[in-house]
Amino acid sequence: MPSAGPRAGSRSFLSRLRDGDEIARLATLIFAASVVLLTILLVFELWQQSVLARHKFGFEFFGSSTWDPIAEHFGALAFIYGTIVTATVALLIAVPLGIGAAIFLAELAPARLSDTLEFFIDLLAAVPSVIYGLLGVFIVVPLMRRYVDPSLKSILGFVPLFQGPAYGLGFLTAGIVLAIMVIPYIISVSREVLLSVPRDQREAALALGATHWESTWKVVVPFARTGILGSVFLALARSLGETMAVAMVIGNNPKISASLFSAGYSIAAVIANELAEATSELHTQSLIELGLVLFLLTFVLNGLARILIVVTSQRGAGSVRA
Amino acid sequence: MLTMTGVCAAVSVSALFLILGYLVVRGGASINWDFFTKLPAPVGEVGGGMANAIVGSGKLLLLATLFGVPIGFLGAIYLAEFSGHRTAFIVRYSADLLNGVPSIVIGVFAYSVAVLPFKKFSTLAGGFALGVMMIPITLRSTEDFLCAVPNSLREGAMALGASKWKMIATVIVPAAYRGILTAILLAFARVAGETAPLIFTALGNSFWSPGWTQPTASLPVTIYNYALSPYEDWHRQAWAGGLVLLGLILVINIVARGILSRGISVSRS
Repeated sequence: MPSAGPRAGSRSFLSRLRDGDEIARLATLIFAASVVLLTILLVFELWQQSVLARHKFGFEFFGSSTWDPIAEHFGALAFIYGTIVTATVALLIAVPLGIGAAIFLAELAPARLSDTLEFFIDLLAAVPSVIYGLLGVFIVVPLMRRYVDPSLKSILGFVPLFQGPAYGLGFLTAGIVLAIMVIPYIISVSREVLLSVPRDQREAALALGATHWESTWKVVVPFARTGILGSVFLALARSLGETMAVAMVIGNNPKISASLFSAGYSIAAVIANELAEATSELHTQSLIELGLVLFLLTFVLNGLARILIVVTSQRGAGSVRA
Repeated sequence: MLTMTGVCAAVSVSALFLILGYLVVRGGASINWDFFTKLPAPVGEVGGGMANAIVGSGKLLLLATLFGVPIGFLGAIYLAEFSGHRTAFIVRYSADLLNGVPSIVIGVFAYSVAVLPFKKFSTLAGGFALGVMMIPITLRSTEDFLCAVPNSLREGAMALGASKWKMIATVIVPAAYRGILTAILLAFARVAGETAPLIFTALGNSFWSPGWTQPTASLPVTIYNYALSPYEDWHRQAWAGGLVLLGLILVINIVARGILSRGISVSRS
């Protein structure tokens, strides 16, 4: 992207300084540079402040599921497990629903309806996570305990995933709350990507005798698939880093269990619960190392998501309906 | 099959609305004047309110705005008007990176630079955490709106002999002010509901916060603590707090979108 303004390169440095241009440039440069510095500082601090834990535990940090602040032994496996399981459950629910809804909004719904719903969906994306947590605690948890968990157990009880006592709090509940939270993101991005598929692709399919559904499913969706995948990665990054809603319904028990009903713990939730009251320096540093792990995970996923979305919108360039 | 996608849309949208409708009903039934004017009642007593949390949130957001908006806004001016390719790429990349970092990690960062060295939780640390979160949102959208100002305006101002900074201050920024205002409001609404970065920076407080260097209560953290408490009356207040917080955020969002759609002062084609 070229700089938007005409460059004032032809004038001498001195005259630019007199006009105040050079001063304005340097002043704004300081603020722009501070963004870069803050980002570098963030990575540096996470790295630096976890040095004790990194040296003491090394890679065993990721291989052990013991989290014992009293014996000062810290392993992250249970938290990593909980984070991945809840995010997987969330995506298994949110991806089909979200993409289905996006296809409806982009291909089927009249433009007025589509734009109105999109407005509300954007508002839903702005709802803070503590409110989803509140709703999770008082609505989803009782519903799960009373209806969903028992019926899942009676129908699918032979699968290890759905065995064991169900208290309402646990991986499954956290996954469902997360799914509710990320659906707006998936719908919003996927709809945008689907709308950017060039019109002639649809017309060509219809001209060849495809039905509306065939043109949508076999032509439009494949054309937009990298972008849709991008929205999924975005949702994944969000669910991995989501703190409050998960901390409130996952049960906060650092345990690895095959059952989705059992209480677990996630990386973000343990940081939220323990950092303010960490008992020793090693405890604090282990928590900060967990923050570093979370940072790296989301960094990679966000990068992938962005590449995928850019690739798709470039293929359909010029026809994005704003 | 197409009807199935309609079902998907209906299920997702209606589930979301049912849930929020429930919040409005429960919150609406719980809210009263005391909620806005009283301090929290001692544990076990019924009554009291979240006045300290509301003021605390206001203080935190003021700090966040004072820290985040100037960096985002002036940084965006540099990107749109002064920078070359390479610097712009680095700044944009950092901002996007920062934007993607989970809020809890921003909190850990604020904890390690603003809490650990002073061995003290403080309002300032909480405001810093929220401010860091505001920077990338303000920066990227402000830059977009500045770049949407047509070059003819720049050339016109320059042709009249204005220096570059005069052109920016009197022509470009006024031309894009609606967009910039929207960007700032949306960034504000985004951090207003953040809980995770405040838990271990601003901590919380059952009383009025005595100063900027002391812990303070905030609306999201108080909702979180009350929701997980075993007291019925605190649950009631958590619902009321949720409704107030959500109302604030949705109003800001709608106002921001309204400002933008009432005609961007510059056409974006």
